[in-house]
Amino acid sequence: MSDSTLVISILAAAITAGTPILYAALGELLTERAGILNLGVEGIMLIGAVSGFIIAVVTGNSWFGLAAAMFAGGAIALIHAVLTVTLRANQVVSGLALTLFGTGLSGYLGKSYIGIPVPSPFTIQPLGFLTDIPVLGPVLFRHDILVYASYGLVVFLWLFLYRTRPGLFLRALGENPAAADSLGSNVFALRYLYIVLGGMLCGVGGAYLSLAYAPSWLENMTAGRGWIAVALVIFALWNPWRALVGSYLFGGIDALGFHLQVSGVTVSPFFLNMLPYLFTILVLVFVMIRQHGRLTAPGALGLPYDREER
Amino acid sequence: MPFSWEKRLTPSKFMLLAVPCIALLLSLLFCGVFLLITGRDPVEIYVAMISGALGSTYGLSETIVKAIPLMLCGLGISVAFRMQLWNIGAEGQLYVGALAATWLPLTFPALPAWVMLPLMVCLGMAGGALWAFVPGILRARWQVNEIITTLMLNYIGILWVSYLVYGPWRDPKGLNFPLTAQFPDAAILPFWGTSRIHIGLLLALAIVAFLYVLFNNSRWGYELKVIGSSPKAARYAGMNITRNICLAMLLSGAICGLAGMTEVSGIIGRLQPGLSPGYGYTGIIIAWLGQLNPLAIVIMSFLFGALQVGGYMVQTLGVPAAVASMIQGSILFFVIGAEILTRYRISYTGCKGGRSDRE
Repeated sequence: MSDSTLVISILAAAITAGTPILYAALGELLTERAGILNLGVEGIMLIGAVSGFIIAVVTGNSWFGLAAAMFAGGAIALIHAVLTVTLRANQVVSGLALTLFGTGLSGYLGKSYIGIPVPSPFTIQPLGFLTDIPVLGPVLFRHDILVYASYGLVVFLWLFLYRTRPGLFLRALGENPAAADSLGSNVFALRYLYIVLGGMLCGVGGAYLSLAYAPSWLENMTAGRGWIAVALVIFALWNPWRALVGSYLFGGIDALGFHLQVSGVTVSPFFLNMLPYLFTILVLVFVMIRQHGRLTAPGALGLPYDREER
Repeated sequence: MPFSWEKRLTPSKFMLLAVPCIALLLSLLFCGVFLLITGRDPVEIYVAMISGALGSTYGLSETIVKAIPLMLCGLGISVAFRMQLWNIGAEGQLYVGALAATWLPLTFPALPAWVMLPLMVCLGMAGGALWAFVPGILRARWQVNEIITTLMLNYIGILWVSYLVYGPWRDPKGLNFPLTAQFPDAAILPFWGTSRIHIGLLLALAIVAFLYVLFNNSRWGYELKVIGSSPKAARYAGMNITRNICLAMLLSGAICGLAGMTEVSGIIGRLQPGLSPGYGYTGIIIAWLGQLNPLAIVIMSFLFGALQVGGYMVQTLGVPAAVASMIQGSILFFVIGAEILTRYRISYTGCKGGRSDRE
């Protein structure tokens, strides 16, 4: 393999490996923009991965699997919404509970599906003439349909957040819910909506792992990607474009580690597996130092909203 | 809505006690639904879990054995949580504590027990403390989110243990299994008769007493609480927040690291991967359920120890042990969901518009 084809294949692999993180990060971004911190991403991804996988195996159709993953992700996020919006529970602990529960439930449901292949996983569908563009073509346009959908989602979310009225209200929801309330938006209903939508995207991220990336089911197969997604939202400063860049950066670390392992470098695979986690910490430290410890996070992030206390 | 939440002036004492019990029952019901949907008989499974964990001397002693690391992790976590420092890295701190403690018997196998064991305790605590100090200092200096750093360090700590037992520390006589050599007798914690209950239980109870005094009768315990509930007030009062964050994380990690030491020295007798079935994560639930109170954490650890043993026992019925972690996670849901009952009371306000014109 020549150097340039090697670089292209690593870059393409970075996008594939980054896509599940991207979906989850976009979901979390939406939730946090509404002022709710959801630390259950890892658990929701696992639920999405396992339910998508089971339905895809049972029906033989991965699209049904994807729909099931979205449904399950939204349903499990609804628990978080009830706890944090209506019952005003501590958002950190509720999210942790979601992750612990999701890990347990997915392990329980998926036990008898370990080692089964997916009948029709999402496969690579090159996008016609676009693949002929030098370098960019094979890197960007030789993927499965879920990757293309994620490109569209980033553009859509960016337009939605910064160029539409509902997007403006969403940002107000996270910055200053009392102001949004006095402008006539229903803070409680909207927060429910964005938590559930965020959960659905995290579910898709999980399903991408079990139906396209792996494609198979393994207990705890997300291996911390949900947490990396949470970190990425901070790195991205709550902006969809930066979330995209961050996800591919992580995908790149993953792909590079895998490539080094295959090419027989004498570094222990355990150290290569540490790279994404180490990198997450370094990236966070870097962002915090650059922002002088003060983030432009949504102002009301993590605070329950109580009309009587405004 | 004819019902509304009304804030209580003081948290209800009755609800503080009732909430964990209600939550436990509700979560058994909730998980029962999942078990039913997947074609299992929840009653049969719950009965098997309870009788497996509490119905025999063996079950009971195993429950205590599991309660030891759970108690230590819960206690360690409670130190950080008191300050609203979300240390969810107990699992990694446990692994690194085990790793640090293992180094001694592998390097100096001939030490007598009275030197070996106290040094292993110190090393285990130092390992855990180091692993928690890194997120602590990052949080104190640059406000780096400790939830994510502690969690990332879990993965890194576990991978370090794997690296050592698959590589440099692998037992040459171990038929290529990823295990270190068996510890010499001097590095094994004394245990009770024929059971696996070891002296780590006393260490854990000593820490309970220490934390009880620290939280309730010391200036530092008070500072932890003030910084946790109101960092601004703490700063005005001249409390050194940076130093206290680091100290709280060091203590928190040291106690979790001790859990790793007691596991390798009291239970396994060597270092191996899969050392903990998630004690560090269950410890989070225990700490929260015990309302960060050391004495309540003791009770909760026995409860969760029983749950863990029950989970292993139902595997004979063909039910995955993951059912135990499913129940654990859902207990936490119901506890935090029901906590609003301690702070608010539900009152009937009659017809619409009766309470406030904004509704």
